Amino acid sequence: MTNQITDTEAGTSLWQDAWLRMRKNKIALASILVFTITCFFCFVIAWFCKDPNQVNLANKFSGPSSEHWIGTDALGRDLFSRILYGGQVSILVGLIATAVSVTIGIIYGALAGFFGGRVDAIMMRIVDTLFSIPFLMIVIVLQAVLSEWSRDTSAWIVTNLNWDKGFTDRITNVLPLFFALGLLGWLTLARIVRAQVQSLKEREFVEAATSLGLSKLTILFRHIIPNTLGPTVVYATLTVPGFIMYEATLSYLGLGVESPNSSWGILIKEGANYLETNPQLLIFPGIIFSITLFALNFLGDGLRDALDVRASKD
Amino acid sequence: MPRLPLLKTQRMPFLEIKNIKTHFQKKRGGLFSRTVDTVKAVDGVSIAIEKGEILGLVGESGCGKSTLSRTIMQLIPPTQGEVILENENLTNLNTEQVRQRRLDFQMIFQDPYASLNPRMTVWSTLKEALTTRHGNLNHEELERAVIALMERVGLDQKFMRKYPHEFSGGQRQRIAIARALAPEPKLIIADEPVSALDVSIQSQILNLLKDLVNDLGLTMLFISHDLSVVRYIADRIAVMYYGKIVETGEAESLMENPQHQYTKELLESVPKVLSTG
Amino acid sequence: MPLLEVNNLRTYFHTRNGIVRAVDGVSFSVEKGKTIGIVGESGSGKSVSCYSLLGLLPMPPGRIESGEAIFDKNTDLLSCGEKVLRTIRGKRIGMIFQDPMTSLNPYMRIADQIIEPLRLHMGMDKGSALKKAIHALDEVGIPEPDNRITMYPHEFSGGMRQRVMIAMALITNPEILIADEPTTALDVTIQKQILDLIKKRQQELGTAVIFITHDLAVISEICEDVNIMYAGRIIERASANELFANPRHAYTRSLLKSIPAHQTKGEKLYTIPGLPPDTSQTIPGCAFRERNQIGDQSKCLTDSRPEFKEIEPNHWAQNCPGCLS
Repeated sequence: MTNQITDTEAGTSLWQDAWLRMRKNKIALASILVFTITCFFCFVIAWFCKDPNQVNLANKFSGPSSEHWIGTDALGRDLFSRILYGGQVSILVGLIATAVSVTIGIIYGALAGFFGGRVDAIMMRIVDTLFSIPFLMIVIVLQAVLSEWSRDTSAWIVTNLNWDKGFTDRITNVLPLFFALGLLGWLTLARIVRAQVQSLKEREFVEAATSLGLSKLTILFRHIIPNTLGPTVVYATLTVPGFIMYEATLSYLGLGVESPNSSWGILIKEGANYLETNPQLLIFPGIIFSITLFALNFLGDGLRDALDVRASKD
Repeated sequence: MPRLPLLKTQRMPFLEIKNIKTHFQKKRGGLFSRTVDTVKAVDGVSIAIEKGEILGLVGESGCGKSTLSRTIMQLIPPTQGEVILENENLTNLNTEQVRQRRLDFQMIFQDPYASLNPRMTVWSTLKEALTTRHGNLNHEELERAVIALMERVGLDQKFMRKYPHEFSGGQRQRIAIARALAPEPKLIIADEPVSALDVSIQSQILNLLKDLVNDLGLTMLFISHDLSVVRYIADRIAVMYYGKIVETGEAESLMENPQHQYTKELLESVPKVLSTG
Repeated sequence: MPLLEVNNLRTYFHTRNGIVRAVDGVSFSVEKGKTIGIVGESGSGKSVSCYSLLGLLPMPPGRIESGEAIFDKNTDLLSCGEKVLRTIRGKRIGMIFQDPMTSLNPYMRIADQIIEPLRLHMGMDKGSALKKAIHALDEVGIPEPDNRITMYPHEFSGGMRQRVMIAMALITNPEILIADEPTTALDVTIQKQILDLIKKRQQELGTAVIFITHDLAVISEICEDVNIMYAGRIIERASANELFANPRHAYTRSLLKSIPAHQTKGEKLYTIPGLPPDTSQTIPGCAFRERNQIGDQSKCLTDSRPEFKEIEPNHWAQNCPGCLS
């Protein structure tokens, strides 16, 4: 018997398989590219741009110039810069709120689905109840309750951790919104994950893992949850644009991010005021906003197609 | 004074199933459910298996053989009855004690694809199974042990890092068999292990199972609906019908001279190939 | 002229991993009222051949590369177009599938499903179609057909559902019935009943049957002529009696030898070593060469495909010197 380990052939995991399939989907690839470029602009290039909050009333509504590439807005602020900084907020809201929702959703749904019985019944009734609460109401309540808290936290961070005030303010200002979105965004995913876990629970490889004497939690986290990730990834990718839309809607209604912070929603709201005189204030943010949403949606579609054709049995 | 050898009747069987009944309640309603009907999947089964024996359990779909196998494996609790392995009553143990004893009895399932975690390589699957019994091996020792397992079931070690979907049905079943062997069990329950495989691969796997039982001194409960396969591999056969055992006997004599009406019907229904030249 | 004559059918699948030559030059014929069997393991191409005839394959990635299937002297099923095919499918050529659970629509009552071909192909009105359907169910041995016809598929057992499928397939009195592994998913006692039923109805109606299976024992019970397929081609063909009494090709002989029922208890089972070949790779010579243990592997053809020849009267096989006994 040889103990020598000869060359082992590398395997192709189901993820790699899916990636190979997605590589053929040109629209999905283009979407990845577009989104990456957008993020690059918003997070990297933005640092080198002008201050988006720099008011210059002498220069309002100016057209494109060497100083202001797309011109300025109603308060003379650089539009290009405002779009990039606005993108930071919008994209971060989308990504972070999704990350929070996904984490809570997976754990909650997996536990409910795995343990079943009364535990599951109670957990899902909680989900049903939360589902029936109007989202806007939660946001308004949370904004009211947490706005003072966020100001206090910001002050504390500035004094004790010496962070830049503008930067800190921007972050803590958005936190109530994050909370609201994260609090309610996990519900659908919890249901999806729960359904999947319920069906996976009956699969023979789970029975085999039980027969090996593995603990229930080990089985849940090592065997079951990784196999729920397919639909979860697709759902998450489609949730990001959903949250970006939410933020835009809320900001448009004045309930989201506060001025002078900008987000794409705020820019669209401000731009809408001047639609007849200076449409560029609405059009440019609108275009970037739409392109990003398109890209994310196409990416989600592409992922779903790539993951849908599961590795076939023989 | 030298001890007298035990008479055959006094020897304790390796696995004893005493009057097992597994009934399922069909419930209606959600939070406040009530029982509507009872399905008596296993309705009073008693079997004894000797050490080193292969007992074949034959029955058609719906007869309860799969439920019986899950009950023995302690995956489903019996409504009544006892499962006694090497004199220890498994049904009386608490969850933690059962978990520790699980390493002594393992199962091979029918669908080789569903019985493997599609996201784990052969290496991960076998490593996990090995560490249940040997938690302290270092990486090289584990690697050698995995390779040894793969060789024993006839899998080339170069496939160690591949995923289940990259194998054929027969190869996947070999991986499943390797996983079942890893914790060094004494009893293996094989639930229709070759039914999902092509005819030419079936014989390969049957040979493998038979060799393993002989080489490793295993005891096996071989469940199948295919009489000719069971006749070939089993020492004794038990015939199951609607949750009960209707006949047991030595394999050859049961097939040549069935006593129970159902056994006769089963044998008559099997299409016979015209004899070859 | 036979009822159906298939000549040199080649169906390839163009996948991203290469071209899978699922059916690679298959010819067979079906006479009126006769039963022929197509035997093979998974990957042999047995199901794909028949699905190709009725246009039931996804086209891409599948493609009929060549061949003709002349039905009833003048229609080539492979080139006649979807419109003509639709008048034949379900009316003149019926089909039953392996898994009765998934081949019956779970959302429709049996009645609605079974009268569909009657209303579509024979233009019957609902009343008379229903009467005929109840009669058809009775003929396949469903008890209380007038009650049961209003039930849903899940209320029937597997064997019953398969009977319903047979009734549905035969209700328009087709000239050919294609049965794709109809009893593989059924218990042995039910299998016997279904096979007997197919035989009986076939005799009553004079339908020709193409029976696809991997089970040699089933073939020997029901078929008159047998085609053994391997790696997309027919490897041996003869009448059932002749094939089982006098198998010539190494694959056939190996298959027969590895049936557990034929082996002595206690001895190692005879096995065919290795795996069926990967049909996405071209095999230059004899497809069975690598697994040929029972014949003389050294004499197997390595660079030219063996020809399918009549080696004895009405007994055809791939003419590979290493495989033929």
